[in-house]
Amino acid sequence: MTTAAIEVRIPTILRPYTKDAKVVSADGADLKSLISDLDRQYPGLAERLLEDGALRRFINIYVNDEDVRFIGGLDAALKLGDSITVLPAVAGG
Amino acid sequence: MSLTISRAMVNQILEQARAEYPDEACGVILGSLGADTPKRLKPMINAAHSPTFYEFDPKDLLALYREVDDNDEEIVVIYHSHTETEAYPSRTDIAYAGEPGAHYVLVSTREEIAPATEFRSYRIIDGTVTEEPVTILD
Repeated sequence: MTTAAIEVRIPTILRPYTKDAKVVSADGADLKSLISDLDRQYPGLAERLLEDGALRRFINIYVNDEDVRFIGGLDAALKLGDSITVLPAVAGG
Repeated sequence: MSLTISRAMVNQILEQARAEYPDEACGVILGSLGADTPKRLKPMINAAHSPTFYEFDPKDLLALYREVDDNDEEIVVIYHSHTETEAYPSRTDIAYAGEPGAHYVLVSTREEIAPATEFRSYRIIDGTVTEEPVTILD
């Protein structure tokens, strides 16, 4: 039995993938496996987060308050009760 | 589709753009969730400190979204300045645009038109830019 217990906050732009859900649950010991689980539940979501196997430049993912880029990126360890926030970068030229 | 905004906010954005020149200036205007009315202007730091790029610091970005959520607000306007080109979304602006519900406001402080300025608003959705009329309330 799997109990999905990591909360993931989904930004507006990706909610078409989650049937408009703002918060979803997923499982994973690290960010990479969490994204795989998200993609199983919401096909196509992983491609919006990853490019060539790395995090997309214009997507920010946080574990609790930490930008994952500073805590191991896709290898960032996750535990039950963590809260993941996905946000589009606000940037341009 | 249109943007209605107060003269005071327009002036504040233009003053920020001139003050931060030659870097691009940026910020947001927040409003009550669902109302599509710009109420609270919040200048943001351009973490790129660049004349050709702007970016909210990832920590500031998270704090901003938490604040918006806590206050039952939404980001109504995302604005930034162009320092040497017209107030039209660049290819980078289009590639990065991640808020389909926001009005993307661009201002230009380029030298050819100074002291005049441009203030224009767009929707940027799935790579498509649509300019919209701006009504400024005195």
